[in-house]
Amino acid sequence: MALDSKTDTKPQTFKVIGTRPLRPDGIDKVTGRARFGADMSAPGMLVGLVLRSPHAHARIRSIDTSAAEALTGVHAVVTRADFGPLRDEGTADVLDNCMAGDKALYDGHAVAAVAATSGKVARQALKLIKVDYQPLPHVTDVDAAMAPDAPALHEGRADETVPAGMSGNVMARHEFGHGDIDAGLSQADRVLERTYRTEATHQGYIEPHACLATMNSDGQADLWCCTQGHYMVRNTCAAILGLEQGQLRVTASEIGGGFGGKTTVFLEPVALKLSQKSGRPVKMVMSRAEVLRATGPTASSSIDVRIGMTRDGRITAGFAELRYQGGAYPGSPVDMGSMSAFAPYDLENVRTVGFDVVTNRPKQAAYRAPGAPMAAFAVESAIDELARGFGLDPLEVRLKNAAREGTRASYGPTYPAIGLEATLRTAKDHPHWSAPLGPNQGRGVACGFWFNFGGDTCVSLNITPDGTVTLSEGNPDIGGSRASMSMMAAEELGIPYDRVRTVIADTGSLGQNEVTDGSRVTFAVGLATIEAARAAKREMCKRAAQVWGIDEDAVIWEDGAARPAGPNAGQHPPMSLAEIAAIASNTGGPIAGHFEVNAEGAGVSFATHMVDTEVDPDTGAVKILRYTVFQDAGKAVHPSYVEGQFQGGAVQGIGWALNEAYIYGEDGILQNPGFLDYRIPVASDLPMIDTVILEIPNPGHPYGVRGVGETSIVPPLAAVANSVSDAAGVRMTSLPMSPPKLLAAIQSGTS
Amino acid sequence: MSKIHVTTTINGDPVEYLCDAEDTLLDVLRDHLGLTGSKEGCGTGDCGACSVTVDGRLVCACLMLGAEAAGHEIGTIEGMAKGDQLHPLQQKFIEHAALQCGICTPGILVAAKSLLDHNPDPSEEETRYWLAGNLCRCTGYDKIIRAVLDAAKDMREAS
Repeated sequence: MALDSKTDTKPQTFKVIGTRPLRPDGIDKVTGRARFGADMSAPGMLVGLVLRSPHAHARIRSIDTSAAEALTGVHAVVTRADFGPLRDEGTADVLDNCMAGDKALYDGHAVAAVAATSGKVARQALKLIKVDYQPLPHVTDVDAAMAPDAPALHEGRADETVPAGMSGNVMARHEFGHGDIDAGLSQADRVLERTYRTEATHQGYIEPHACLATMNSDGQADLWCCTQGHYMVRNTCAAILGLEQGQLRVTASEIGGGFGGKTTVFLEPVALKLSQKSGRPVKMVMSRAEVLRATGPTASSSIDVRIGMTRDGRITAGFAELRYQGGAYPGSPVDMGSMSAFAPYDLENVRTVGFDVVTNRPKQAAYRAPGAPMAAFAVESAIDELARGFGLDPLEVRLKNAAREGTRASYGPTYPAIGLEATLRTAKDHPHWSAPLGPNQGRGVACGFWFNFGGDTCVSLNITPDGTVTLSEGNPDIGGSRASMSMMAAEELGIPYDRVRTVIADTGSLGQNEVTDGSRVTFAVGLATIEAARAAKREMCKRAAQVWGIDEDAVIWEDGAARPAGPNAGQHPPMSLAEIAAIASNTGGPIAGHFEVNAEGAGVSFATHMVDTEVDPDTGAVKILRYTVFQDAGKAVHPSYVEGQFQGGAVQGIGWALNEAYIYGEDGILQNPGFLDYRIPVASDLPMIDTVILEIPNPGHPYGVRGVGETSIVPPLAAVANSVSDAAGVRMTSLPMSPPKLLAAIQSGTS
Repeated sequence: MSKIHVTTTINGDPVEYLCDAEDTLLDVLRDHLGLTGSKEGCGTGDCGACSVTVDGRLVCACLMLGAEAAGHEIGTIEGMAKGDQLHPLQQKFIEHAALQCGICTPGILVAAKSLLDHNPDPSEEETRYWLAGNLCRCTGYDKIIRAVLDAAKDMREAS
């Protein structure tokens, strides 16, 4: 839909937007009172635990649960046999991932679950379940899985886009672009061809998945869980369990990080089924090892890039073939990687081809700008190598080729006003760019792009009799969104920020809300909040007009009050929101505003990152010396939390570039399912992360807001690799750049 | 096996509980006593989300048995504010936007308070190394470090 009010991009002046008020959930979160997924309990509650496959790939011949069921204190055991046929085949893979059918497809795949009076009894019960496995050949590497003779996970499931003769593990082929690659390459002074590899990394949220389920025999059910979208949980669980959506009420707990990884279900349908069978509430909490073995990491990738460049830095053609394995089911984000790979550039000839590949690994889940960081690593590394090879300034080369308003994007659309050029110019003028470097130190830059998203959104804004405001929204507050929603409501209504309280409503209280994904919340929920506030203002103007006995068109809302305006309005003192609220009962009843939309116009976002590193030539260890993020936020509603998104994304990218990797043995078993061996960045690894917020208003939002959460993880893989390559004097094309790998590259003079 | 009877002190209050021999202090705090401010992020002492103090020493509650708390003074996040008065670290964390999702926040606050109890004037580097055992995935640590240093400064000026 198009909102007429969204097209105004004139500079606006704000009273609340752009300030830094304290977040309303701050005290709960610094005192330990905030209730996260595992912090809820219910009377008579049982503890649920999952039995997981020790094999990378195995046929499940039979499961004998009789001994477990006979154990005192065990109240329910479930396997796949307890889940009936699905009404909606679209959830078949989700169910199969939650509870394996005839095959276990990866190390850690759930095969059975128990509910017992304590964790101790449940653990004993798991040991009594006898699963007869027939181990099958497995494959975990993306290129190995594409070999014609690779063990196939699913026969005959390939999409019609896959050419005949490819491995049965290739599920889909995607292609984007325009122009003539060969003609473009022939105009280049140099054509660079390289292969780049990245490993799978986990979102690494500190809170493991957790839920508390109660399901009654009459089909009514309640679920408490940590999720990025409780409406998605409701719809998915209802489909899997054959419930009516309206009978399942899901309440989102506070969420201890998600980054895309909590946009699907793992435990929730199992907990509901255990509750149904036992007739008791069932609580389930994953261990860290379960999180790493059985919830979504991101895809690993293998990417071939071919780019032609003229001596003066003009890119004449860009081609990439991207191969992503997304674990045991179709749906790796290779489509988005292929669309985003060259998105920052204005190219006459550009083409990307992506292959979605399955392997014996946990199904990937979205991870912050899913698919884009690996693609940017490949393309931004190649552009950097070409630029440096010609002795050109890497920022100048990017500016020369930068996409602008009117550019036809590599993935199809034509860009409206975008901020890439602003980030590049600001980066070039920043003191970081000209700061001196010491021995063994290097500097790298890279650009990144993300689409951003809007989606189904429903909010309700209610005016209380004493003139305060409650806002109900349906997306969990994952990093300060209660504050930004309250700010937008306060701005629009012309009242102080602390007069608004935002609550995250359960699924029984609002219409459908899309999961917290695509950096959508500040944009889409913010847009709906503003429109709901506008609806409430219209109603309040109507009430004032009624009191004054004038036409409602003769009343305007300004500075938190209804005021007469226009030639026939007459003289009336303004009526404040509180005054109108106080007499609402006498003027027609309670006052509320609501808004429902499938929000479009999210507005793409760009960033440029700059990083200095120092490489220890004796050990291959890398130290991050200085890091600056330049990103377009459209309009920063609460700048502190915008900076926080920039910093957090950059540091996750640093981890991806330097340390983090899923490591599989020859046996297909994950070797590092713990935070000791799967090492995310810690405080002593890092310097301060400097940020520069640029504001190129998004014409699709009343205040110009663009999503900021995801773009920040797109550039750092390449920026760090370009910096390390500069410092070490050797081009790194494979992540992570762990000390042994970097040391070997330095010693051999090549990666 | 019968349960173990433990008498201890938590946040200054006398507490008694029964626990199994294998229950960790974190299990006891969260599941027996309803003190869910301490979080379980890993259960292996690698994330620091369950940081508590035992006789003033910083400990991961997931690495200590509930039975071992007998006779000691345990400090958790629930004891950090005094009535409705937040500790300066708690206040600075809110002011600096040093939390996004907030799951690591209780553990980091307990660890940071332990740092300032030992060293009222830490450098940025000392702060970063002291907090290296507390994982945060949201913030990149920047605002956390600033909040701790700012709280330390205010506390020095107030004393």
